[in-house]
Amino acid sequence: METKNLSLAYDRETIIQQLSLSIVTGEITTLVGPNGCGKSTLLRGLARLLKPKAGEVLLDGKAIHALPTKQLAKQLGILPQGPTAPEGLTVYELVAQGRYPHQGFFQQWSPEDEETTREAIAITNMVELADRPLDTLSGGQRQRAWIAMTLAQKTPILLLDEPTTFLDIGYQLEVMELIERLNRERQMTILLVLHDLNQAARYSQRMVVLNQGRIVADGTPGAVLTKELLANVFKVQANIVIDPDSGSPVCLPYRTAVPTPHSNGANGHKK
Amino acid sequence: MTTPAASVSRSGNGRLIGRAVWLPVGLLVAIILLVMVLAISITQGAAELRLSTIYEALFAYDATVFDHLIIRTVRLPRVVAGVIIGAGLAVAGALMQGLTTNPLASPDILGISAGAAFAVVLGTFLFGGAPLLVTGVLAMSGAAVAAIIVYALASAGRGGATPAKLTLSGVIFAMFTSAFTTAILILDRNTFEQIRFWTVGSLAGRDWEQVLWFGPLVLVGLIGALLLSRQITTISLGQDVAKGLGQNTAVIKAFAALMVILLAGGSVAIAGPVAFVGLIVPHVARVVCGVDYRWIVPFTAVIGAILVTVADTVGRVVLRPQEIPVGVMLAFVGAPFFIYLARWKIR
Amino acid sequence: MQTNEFPKPNWIALRPRFLPFSARVDRRVPAVFLVLCAVLLLVLVLSVSYGAYKIALLDVLRAAVGLETSDPNHALVVRSFRLPRILLALLIGMALAASGAIIQGLTRNDLADPGLLGINSGAGVAVVGYITFAAMPNDALLPWLALAGALGASAVIYLLAWKGGVSSLRLILVGVGLASLGGALISYFITRLTLENAQRAYAWLTGSVYASTWPEVRLMALWLLVLLPLAFLFARQLNLFNLGDDIATSLGTRVEQHRLTLIALSAALAAITVTVAGTIAFVGFVAPHIARRLVGPTHEGLLISTVFVGGLLLVVADLVARWVIAPGELPLGVTTAVIGAPYFAYLLYKRGR
Repeated sequence: METKNLSLAYDRETIIQQLSLSIVTGEITTLVGPNGCGKSTLLRGLARLLKPKAGEVLLDGKAIHALPTKQLAKQLGILPQGPTAPEGLTVYELVAQGRYPHQGFFQQWSPEDEETTREAIAITNMVELADRPLDTLSGGQRQRAWIAMTLAQKTPILLLDEPTTFLDIGYQLEVMELIERLNRERQMTILLVLHDLNQAARYSQRMVVLNQGRIVADGTPGAVLTKELLANVFKVQANIVIDPDSGSPVCLPYRTAVPTPHSNGANGHKK
Repeated sequence: MTTPAASVSRSGNGRLIGRAVWLPVGLLVAIILLVMVLAISITQGAAELRLSTIYEALFAYDATVFDHLIIRTVRLPRVVAGVIIGAGLAVAGALMQGLTTNPLASPDILGISAGAAFAVVLGTFLFGGAPLLVTGVLAMSGAAVAAIIVYALASAGRGGATPAKLTLSGVIFAMFTSAFTTAILILDRNTFEQIRFWTVGSLAGRDWEQVLWFGPLVLVGLIGALLLSRQITTISLGQDVAKGLGQNTAVIKAFAALMVILLAGGSVAIAGPVAFVGLIVPHVARVVCGVDYRWIVPFTAVIGAILVTVADTVGRVVLRPQEIPVGVMLAFVGAPFFIYLARWKIR
Repeated sequence: MQTNEFPKPNWIALRPRFLPFSARVDRRVPAVFLVLCAVLLLVLVLSVSYGAYKIALLDVLRAAVGLETSDPNHALVVRSFRLPRILLALLIGMALAASGAIIQGLTRNDLADPGLLGINSGAGVAVVGYITFAAMPNDALLPWLALAGALGASAVIYLLAWKGGVSSLRLILVGVGLASLGGALISYFITRLTLENAQRAYAWLTGSVYASTWPEVRLMALWLLVLLPLAFLFARQLNLFNLGDDIATSLGTRVEQHRLTLIALSAALAAITVTVAGTIAFVGFVAPHIARRLVGPTHEGLLISTVFVGGLLLVVADLVARWVIAPGELPLGVTTAVIGAPYFAYLLYKRGR
C-alpha cells in the first residue's frame, strides 16, 4: 500500500501536502507527530474516508477510490478514533457487523460468518463478555470489541487511529499487545496513529514522523527517536535511553524547548 | 482553555485586537443598530411619520398633536413589546441550549410554548373569550407549569436531569400537551376561532398594559441570566467538566430554569408562541462572540431584539394594508438563515 | 486460543434449506413477534366489536370471514364501516413506524421522526395552501397535493443538506429549519381562511381515518407490500449507519447511495400515509423507541417489531378515539400522543442517563 503525491484538505484548508509514503507488507508502522500535524488526516486519506485533493492512494498498484467499496473492505480494515455504538448493542452483534463486506443481498448470515465472528471474539479475549452490551464494558474492553469487529472483516491490512487514547495504562498495553500478536501470528500489516512515542517505539518496526503535513523522519524507532527530532518537532528537550527489557528506545522529556525565532524546524537546534 | 480577556482574535486585515476591546465595541455597535431599527420601525405604519416627529413625541410631547398621540399610545408600546420578547425569547433559548448542551433546544421545542398554548386554549374553552391581558396571564402560568413538569420529569429516575433527558422530556411533553390543545381546537369551533390568530405569534394591538404587566418579568429574567452566565458557560462545557470544577450543577440548573420561565413565559404572555428567535439567535451570537455566556447573553438579547423589530416592521410594510404576523415573518427570515448556518458551519 | 465456553449468541440464524437466503435476528424476536401478533389480533376483534352498534365478539369473527350471524346488519357494519378504518389505522401505524425507525437509525438520533424529512410540513403547506388560495377547492385533489408536498419537501431538505455528502447533523438541522418554516406558513394560512375552511384544514392536519374506504386500504396495503420488504433488506445497512459514517464506509457500504435510498424509503412510507389520513404525529417517533426496548438495536429484528408496535399503537389509538367522547370521535393524531406519551415518560424514567 502506498501514497503518491497525496494532498488532503478539509474545505479549503490543506492538511497534507504532496506526501508519498509506502507501507511495507507485514510490518507494524506507526504515524507520530505533534497535535495538528495531519497524522489522523493521513490515516483517513489512506482509509478512503477522505477524498484526496490531489495525488492518489494505491493498493497493490490500484487506486483505492476506483476499487469497488466492498472489495476494498475485504482488503482494508479501519478503526477510526472514538467510535460509538447504539445503546444496548452486544459485543457479539458489533463483531458480527464486521462481516458485512462478505455478505450478499440475500445471503446475510452464512455459517462462515458465524465462525469468523467467534474467532475474532476469541482472539481478542472477549469470549466471556460476548453477550454483554457494549455500554456496560470498560474502555479497554470496548476498544478490544471494536478491534474484534475489524478482525471479523478478515483483512490483511488494518488501520487504527489512536487505539489507546483515553485508556488506563494497563488497557493500553493490552491493546498494544493484541496488535503485536495479530502482526506476529496472522502476518497482518498494521498502520497505527499513536500519541505515545514510547509505545510507538516499543511496538512498531517502523516509525513515520509527521510535522505540518510533511514527513520529517522515517525509519526504525532507534533511528527516528533522537534528541534533535524531539527538540525540533515536539519542542521538548529529552533524554533517550534504551529499555533494558525490550531494547527499544525510550524518551524522557524534562523541559520544553524554546524555539529560537529563526529556526524553521529543518535544521537541528541544540543547547 | 483560553479566557476571553487574555486571548486575542485576529481581525480581517491582520491587525491584532484584544477581545476585551472588540466585544464591548461590538455590543455597542449592536445597540446603536437596535436604536436605529427602532426609530425606523416607529415611522412605519398606516401613516408614515418623520423621525423628527418621533423625537418631539418623546421629548416635547404635545397631547393635542395626533401624531404624538399615535406614537406614544400605539407605536411605541408595540416596538417596546417587540424588544422585550425578542430579548426574552432569545436569551431563554441561549440558556436552554447551554443547559441541555443541545443546539436545537429552544422554548418551542422543549415544551414551554406548548404549555402556554394549552393553558390559553383551555382557558378560552372553559371561560369563553378573554382580553389579551388575561390571555397573557394564562400563557405565563402555562409556560411556568410546563417548565416545572418538564424539569421534574427529566429529574425523575436515576442520573437526574441530564441534558439528554431534559431534551427528551421536553419534546414528549410538547407532543402530549399539543394533542390536548388540538383536541379542544377541533371539537370547539368557538375556541378555534378565537385562538387561531394568537397561535401564530403577533405584536398587533399590543399596548402599554401588556408591556407593564409582563415586561418586568422578562427584565428580571434578563438580569438573572446575566448573573448566571458564568456558571452556564461551565455547564455548557459538559456535565462532567462542571462537576469537576466543583459546581453545584443542580442548584444552578434550577435557577437557570426559573429564569427561562420568566423570560419565555413573559414573552409568550405578550406576543403568543413566537417561534425561531430562541432557536437561531443564540447561534448567531455564538458566531459573533464565541462560547462565553457572559458575552452570549447580552449579544443574544440585543440581536434578538433587532431581529424581532425588523421582522415586525417588514411584516407591517410588505403587504400593506394587510399585516403579516411577526411569528410568520420570523420564520421567513429565520429559516433560510438557519439552513445557511447549518450548511456553512457543519462539515 | 481460548478454551472458554462461548456464551450463547443473542441471535438466531435463519437459513431455510430451500431458499438461497440467510439472515440473523435477535433471539427475542420470535417471542416478541408472537405476543405482538396475539395482542394485535385481540385488539382488532375488540375494536371491530366496539361502536355505537355493539357486536358480540363471536359475531365479529363470523362476519369478518363471511359466515351468517344472527343479525344481517352485522356483516354490513363490520365489512363496510369498521374493518376498513381499523385496517387502515393498522397499515398507517405500520408505515409510520417503519419510516421512523429508518430515519432514527440513519441519523443516529432518537429524536428524529418522519417530520424531520418535511413530510408533515410539506404535505400541510401544500394542502392548506391550496385550500387558502384556490377559488373552489376540490377535495379529490388533496391526496395528490399532500403526496407532492411531502415528497417535494423531502427532496428539498435532502438537496439543501447536500454538501459533497449528507451528514446526519446537517440533515437534522435543515429538516428542523424547514419544518419550522412550514409550520409558520400553515399557521398563517389558517388565519387567512374562513372559519369553516380553517377548521377543515386543521382537522386534516391532525390526521384521521374517519370514513375510510376499501380502495384506500388496498392502496396502503399494496404500497406496504412493496416498501416494507425493501426496508427489511436494508436492515444491515442501517446497522452500519448506527456505528457512524466512517465505520459504514470502511465496511464497504456506498454510504451516500444507501443513505439516499433509505431516506427515499422512509419518505415514501410516511408520504403515502399522509395521502390517506392526513398528518399523524408521534407514532413514527415513539414506536421505534418501544421496539428497541423489546428486541435491542439491531435492525433485522427491530424493523419488524417496530412495524407491529406501530400498527398496534394506532389500532389502540383508534379504539380510544372512538370511545372517549362517544358518540363523538377524536382525531387519531390526538389519541396516539395521549397513549404513547406516558409510556415514553416511563422509558425516560427507567433510562437514567
